[in-house]
Amino acid sequence: MTAHTKGSGLKWVGRAIRRLEDPALVTGQGRFTADLPAMHWVRFVRSPNASGKIAKIDAPNGATVITAADLKGVKKITPMLHKFNYKPVGQPVLADGVVRFVGEPVAVVVAASEEAAEDIADLVEVTIDETTPMIDARAALQSGAPQVHAEAPGNVILEGKFKTPDFDATWKGSYKIITVEARSRRQNATPMEARGGHAAYDASTGRVTLTCTTQMPHLMRTAIADVLGFAESDLRVIAPDVGGGFGQKMSLAAEYVVLVWLARKLKSSVAWTEDRRENLIAGFHARDQYITLAGAFDKNAKLLALKTDIVSNIGAYSCFPTTCGVEPLMAMAEMPGPYDVRHYECLARGVITNTCTMAPYRGVSRPVITFTLERLMDKAASAFAIDPIDIRRRNLIDKLPYTSAMGLVYDEATYKQTLEMAVKAIDVPAFRARQKAARAQGRHLGIGFATFSERTGYGSPAFAARGMEITPGWETVILTVDPSGFVEARIGSSPHGQGLRTTLAQIIADEIGVTPDVIKVVHGDTDIAPYGWGTFASRSLVISGGASLIAAQKVRAKLIKIASHMLEAAPHDIMLENGTAKVAGTDRFVSIAKMAREAYHQTHRFKGEIEPGLTETGSYDPPGTFSNACHVAIVEVDVETGRVTVEKFLVAEDAGRIINPMIADGQVHGGIAQGIGNALLEEIIYDESGGILTANLADYMPPTAREIPPIELHHIETPSTTSITKAKGLGEGGCIGAPAAIINAINDALSEYGVQIDEMPATPQRIRAALRASSLPSPLWGGEKGTA
Amino acid sequence: MTDKTDITLTINGRDHAIAVEPRRTLADAIREDCGQTGTHIGCEHGVCGACTVIVDGEPVRSCLMFAVQAAGKPIRTIEGLADGERLHPMQQAFMDHHGLQCGFCTPGFLMLAVGVLEREPDIGDEALLDVLSSNLCRCTGYQNIIKAVRAAAKEMRGK
Repeated sequence: MTAHTKGSGLKWVGRAIRRLEDPALVTGQGRFTADLPAMHWVRFVRSPNASGKIAKIDAPNGATVITAADLKGVKKITPMLHKFNYKPVGQPVLADGVVRFVGEPVAVVVAASEEAAEDIADLVEVTIDETTPMIDARAALQSGAPQVHAEAPGNVILEGKFKTPDFDATWKGSYKIITVEARSRRQNATPMEARGGHAAYDASTGRVTLTCTTQMPHLMRTAIADVLGFAESDLRVIAPDVGGGFGQKMSLAAEYVVLVWLARKLKSSVAWTEDRRENLIAGFHARDQYITLAGAFDKNAKLLALKTDIVSNIGAYSCFPTTCGVEPLMAMAEMPGPYDVRHYECLARGVITNTCTMAPYRGVSRPVITFTLERLMDKAASAFAIDPIDIRRRNLIDKLPYTSAMGLVYDEATYKQTLEMAVKAIDVPAFRARQKAARAQGRHLGIGFATFSERTGYGSPAFAARGMEITPGWETVILTVDPSGFVEARIGSSPHGQGLRTTLAQIIADEIGVTPDVIKVVHGDTDIAPYGWGTFASRSLVISGGASLIAAQKVRAKLIKIASHMLEAAPHDIMLENGTAKVAGTDRFVSIAKMAREAYHQTHRFKGEIEPGLTETGSYDPPGTFSNACHVAIVEVDVETGRVTVEKFLVAEDAGRIINPMIADGQVHGGIAQGIGNALLEEIIYDESGGILTANLADYMPPTAREIPPIELHHIETPSTTSITKAKGLGEGGCIGAPAAIINAINDALSEYGVQIDEMPATPQRIRAALRASSLPSPLWGGEKGTA
Repeated sequence: MTDKTDITLTINGRDHAIAVEPRRTLADAIREDCGQTGTHIGCEHGVCGACTVIVDGEPVRSCLMFAVQAAGKPIRTIEGLADGERLHPMQQAFMDHHGLQCGFCTPGFLMLAVGVLEREPDIGDEALLDVLSSNLCRCTGYQNIIKAVRAAAKEMRGK
C-alpha cells in the first residue's frame, strides 16, 4: 500500500510517471561496458596470499605480462584526509614487491581474446614468501601485531575522537548504563554487473577513452590522469549504462589505471571484464566493524549520554576518493541517530588489515550504527521493563531544527510521527495476540522496530568537516533548449538505475512548461557533462535536482524575456505552459520551439538586450538534510534450525517532497531487500590465512524473491527547508533501517531464551549457537537446560 | 582447446554461422560471436540468471550451456521479444510496474518469465514465486518484478 500525498495540480513533480530510461533496457538496447569489442583483452593475475613478499613472477615464454616493474613513473593511489591523525598509505596499481590481500592484482596478462588471456594467466606463477597476515581488526590492534603498512604504526590509519564537555559528570550521575557489543561482518555490495573497463587509444588525438562501470566518471578521470601523470583533457571517461553500483563503483579500481596505461602503451583498445569471483574477493568490501556502544539513562529511561568505541576494518588500502574515513567517521558523526542526547563520547578507529579494501556501500556505516543503537534501545527497554516503542517515544527528537551533540543540524523531520504511523499500521496489540497464539503452537514470532535518520544531500561543508581533500558536495547542470525546441540537461551526476533521467526531467518540465518526454538528461561522459561528482550517498535528486531547478529557473527567465519581446507584452503577464509562452488573459502565444529559433537564428531582433542562445547553467551545494523513517519487521524464527523467515516488512518514512512516487518506492524496496540480505544472509568469510571462503554467489548469498516479504510503505512528506526542491534523498534508507528491525525482531522472537543476537548477519549458525549457549530451559527437548 | 567447430546458431529466427571452441559458452557466443549483447552475464556459474535465454522453448542459463549444444535449436533472446515496435506484454508490464532499475538483470528476468508462462500459462502464485527466485536482482527488491510478471501473465492468458 502506498499513500503519497497527491501531486499538486497538473504539475509533473509528484506524479508516478513511467521512466524514460526503460524502453531501451527492456528491449536489450542498454549499452553496458562489457558490450564493447576490443583489440586486446586482459586478465589480472591476483595474489593467492594475504601477506608476503613477492619472490618471483614466472610467465610463459612469449606472453605479454606486465608487472609493477614495467610501470615506471606510475604513482601510487594515495587518497588524502587532513584530520583525525590520518596516515596516507599508497596503493601501487600492481603489487610492488609486497602483497597485502588475497586478490590484489600482481600482474596483468594481455592477449587477443579473453579466453587466451585467462589461459596464459593460469600459467603465470607467482611465488610469495608469506608473512603472518592480519585479518581481524581487533587482532590487528593488539600490541606487537605485524604491521601491514610501515606508514601506519599499530595498523591504525585514522583515529577520530570526540567528547562533549561535562560528559564524565553526566555519565557518573546517570541511573542506569546499558551496553551493547555489536559486530557487523564483512559484506560486498554485489551489483549484478561486476566491474569492467574498456580503454581505447585514438591515434589522431593521442587521447584515451575509458568506458567503465563507474558511479563517478569525472573523479575517475582526475585520479587516473594524476596517477599516470598526463593532462586530464587527454582522457575521456564514459560511464555508459551501469548495472548497479551501491557504492562499490564509486571508488577508483586500480585495474582502470592499468587499462589506460596499456591503451597508451599499445596505442590500441584494451578491455577487462571482472568475473564474479574477482568481484567477491577484490571488488571492494564494506561493513566489517566492531562497535561497543553504551548508553547512560536517567530513571525515566531518558538517554543522557552515549559512549562508543568504533573499530572499522578498512582492509589493505584507503579507497579513493572518499578515503577509508568514510565508515569510521560517518559512524562517529551520526551514531546518536534520531535520539535527543546531549552528551557523547566517541573513539573511532580505522584499522588496516590484510583483507580486501573497504569502500562505501549503500548506507555506509549507518546500517551498522542504526543496528547497534536500536539494539541498545531494545536492551534498555527490557532493563527498564518498558515497551520498546515507549523508550523510543521518550527519546526521539521532536523539536526541530535540532543541533546534535556533534553539531549536526537536523532539519524538519517527523521522527515521532513516523513511529506512531508505523505502530498504528502494524497493529501491535493484534500482533502480540497472534504471537502468543503462535507460541502456544511452538512457533516463535517476533516484532522489531528501527527508527533512524538518514542524512542525505551532503554538501561540501559536510565533507570538509571530515578533512577530506576532495569534497564532493556540489553539482552542476547545463540546460539547453536547442534550436528545435527540444531540451537537453547535461548533468555531473551519474545515475545507474535511480531513474534520474525521469525525475530531473519532471523538475525541469514544471519550471519551463514542457512535458518531460521532450527533455533529454545526458550524463556519464566527461566530454559532454559538466564536471561533477557522480551518484552516491542519496545525493543526486537533492543536489542535481537543485542544480536542475536553478538552471531551469534561469532558462524560464530568459524564455519570458524572449516571449515578452516577441509578444510585446509585460514579462509578468507571460505564462509558460504546454510548450508555449502565453500572454495571460489573451489568446496570444508563441511556442518554445519558435522562441528557440529566434534565440539562435534571429538574435538581431533582440537589439542586444538578450544574449544569443538558450543555455543556462545551475550549480547547487546544499547544507544537507535528513530523511527519517520507522521500519517494522515481523519474523518467524525456527528454533530448531535457526532459520529466519521475514513475514512482513512495514515502513513509515519521510523523505520530504517526493518527485516521482513510483521511483521513490522502488528505491525503498531495493534498499530493504539489501538490508534483509545484510541482516540474514550476506557475509564475506575469510579463513585464518586470509583466503576467502565465499567467492561465488552460492556461498555469498544476496536475497532472492523468496526471502523478501511483501513491503508496506507509508509516507509523510515534510518539505525540506534546506533543499531547494524540498526533496530529501532516500536511496539508502531501506538498507539503513532493515537490519536493525529484523534483528530486533529475532531477539523479540527468542526473548524467552535470554539470548542476545547482536551480530549481523544473524545466520542460522549464529542463532543456533546462541540458543545452544542459552542457559534457559528449552521446550524442544523436554525443558532440559542448555540443550536447545 | 583452441580448435574451432563450425556451427549455426539460430537466434530470434536469424541464422548466425560461427566458429567456436568446444568450451565456448552459449552466453559468450550469443554476445561476442553473434553480437547480441542484450543477454547479460552476471556470474558465469549459473546462480544469478542474468544470462537466461529461451532454447527450444525452455528458459536456460546460457552461461551453463555450451554454444555447440545449442546448434540448430531455436534460441530466443531479449532482442527478439518485442514484435517489431510492439512490446511484449512482459516488457510493457516491467515498465508499468517499475520492475527494473539498473536494467542489468532485466533481460534474464524477462526471458525467464516469458519462457515459464508460455509453458505454464496458469501457473499459481507460489510456483511463480519459486520460478522468479531462481534469478537475482539487486535493485528492485523483487516486489515490483512479481507484480509485473503477474500482470503480464494475466494479459498473456487473455490472448
